[in-house]
Amino acid sequence: MSEKRVTVKAEGVIKEYRMGGTVLQALKGVDVSIEKGEYISIMGPSGSGKSTLFNMIGALDEPTSGVVYIDDVNLLELSPAEIAWIRCWKIGYIFQSFNLLPVMSALENVTLPMIFAGVPVSERRDKAMELLTKVGLGERADHKPTELSGGQQQRVAIARALANGPAIILADEPTGNLDLKTGRDIINLLKEMNEEEDVTIISATHDLKMLDVSDRVVYIRDGMVEQIKNRAELEIEIGSVEGEESGHL
Amino acid sequence: MAQQSKDGVRKQIELPFSEAVRISFQSLRIRFWRSMITTAGILLGIAFFVAVLSGNVISASMSKSETLRTVIDAPQSEGVSAQQIWLVVMSLIVCVVGIANSMLMAVTERFREIGTMKCLGALNKFVVELFLLESSFQGLSGALMGSIIGFISIMLLSLKDYGLDVFRQFPNYILGVLAYIGIACILGMVLAVIGAAGPAYRAAQLPPADAMRVDL
Ligand SMILES: Nc1ncnc2c1ncn2[C@@H]1O[C@H](COP(=O)(O)OP(=O)(O)O)[C@@H](O)[C@H]1O
Ligand SMILES: [Mg+2]
Repeated sequence: MSEKRVTVKAEGVIKEYRMGGTVLQALKGVDVSIEKGEYISIMGPSGSGKSTLFNMIGALDEPTSGVVYIDDVNLLELSPAEIAWIRCWKIGYIFQSFNLLPVMSALENVTLPMIFAGVPVSERRDKAMELLTKVGLGERADHKPTELSGGQQQRVAIARALANGPAIILADEPTGNLDLKTGRDIINLLKEMNEEEDVTIISATHDLKMLDVSDRVVYIRDGMVEQIKNRAELEIEIGSVEGEESGHL
Repeated sequence: MAQQSKDGVRKQIELPFSEAVRISFQSLRIRFWRSMITTAGILLGIAFFVAVLSGNVISASMSKSETLRTVIDAPQSEGVSAQQIWLVVMSLIVCVVGIANSMLMAVTERFREIGTMKCLGALNKFVVELFLLESSFQGLSGALMGSIIGFISIMLLSLKDYGLDVFRQFPNYILGVLAYIGIACILGMVLAVIGAAGPAYRAAQLPPADAMRVDL
């Protein structure tokens, strides 16, 4: 077993949302620590705080209290420009609703993060083409998102997330809008990236198919970590997944 | 803030101006009819502006030519009357309010896009830059079209008032008219940018998580 390094760490993360007079605590003190190269699933029912945690870990929002570290850097201590740098270089994001820019072609969507990163024109075109080919969409490079199916859009999103060679891919219910088979393809694609490029995958989900490929599963409920299961503990459950799958989605 | 810039956080995030222009232009082209509505607001304001001011230049040069000075109420005093200034200013204010309103809508319906861009590493100022570029294109094209329309309408009116003499006097007033058209174009851009600045700035400040929560 190679030596593992912690890449993402959340310490006592609390997130409150204020709406009018009431305060809703979406995260009630979450501690997790994720190692480099891991494939982690964050499971929990809808409304349990998965997306909120995703946003905290991904530097997309600030916790009300608590600290998130990415590679030992405390996100709270970074300037906006440094946060942008982390989003650009360190993390690739994948969303349930794909979030491709609708006015841009697949190729342009994949190119955009490389523009921000300052990659030269010819180089970024080739790289984008290479990534699209890798996710099986080489022929669709010039298509607009509206001309692509959900599964294809999610592939473009994955190619875009990989554009600047991120160390971490954060995915928020990446299969949530996809049918069973397409969902499985996307999960396998993520797993492939995880194994080939040693990208850390952190995926919020309530898709039980994810259990198959996860190294660890963090179960959250009502804004708290309920339990964390590792590979060995998961093996036992996988058998039951096949049965439940037909009822899922 | 006393962070010792870990493993190269010092590298710059950038958006070259040429790319910004390309992206915002593309955005406008694809939402053509949508952006035409904003543009139309500017067009009308500027058409009025150009018509009133070049009307003055034209009638001034017409009344200088001795031949036809009696006919219509060509203003004895050259230059712009206070009432005209008031009308022009009012129309431009209406124009800015219109732009601000359509920009607010255009920005709001693109919150998700803005959030996505920030996820990909965009700095707040890139977001603002893109929207300001878009709106200045709209301002410029609206002002150009408005100028043409304003000029054509005032020519038709003058033709009715002064007859073909209007064409004979053409060299005498065209420079003045062109100067006003130049001002109109700059004004169109500036007004459009003013209208867009507020909404764009506010949207750019939002954390990506908030921007992307907006469900359409
Ligand atoms: N921006 C927000 N404002 C107010 N409440 C929010 C906001 N984001 C999330 N919540 C609330 O926080 C809780 C957790 O939401 P979320 O993290 O989206 O859950 P999940 O992704 O697991 O479905 C929910 O009750 C949700 O309504
Ligand atoms: Mg969610």
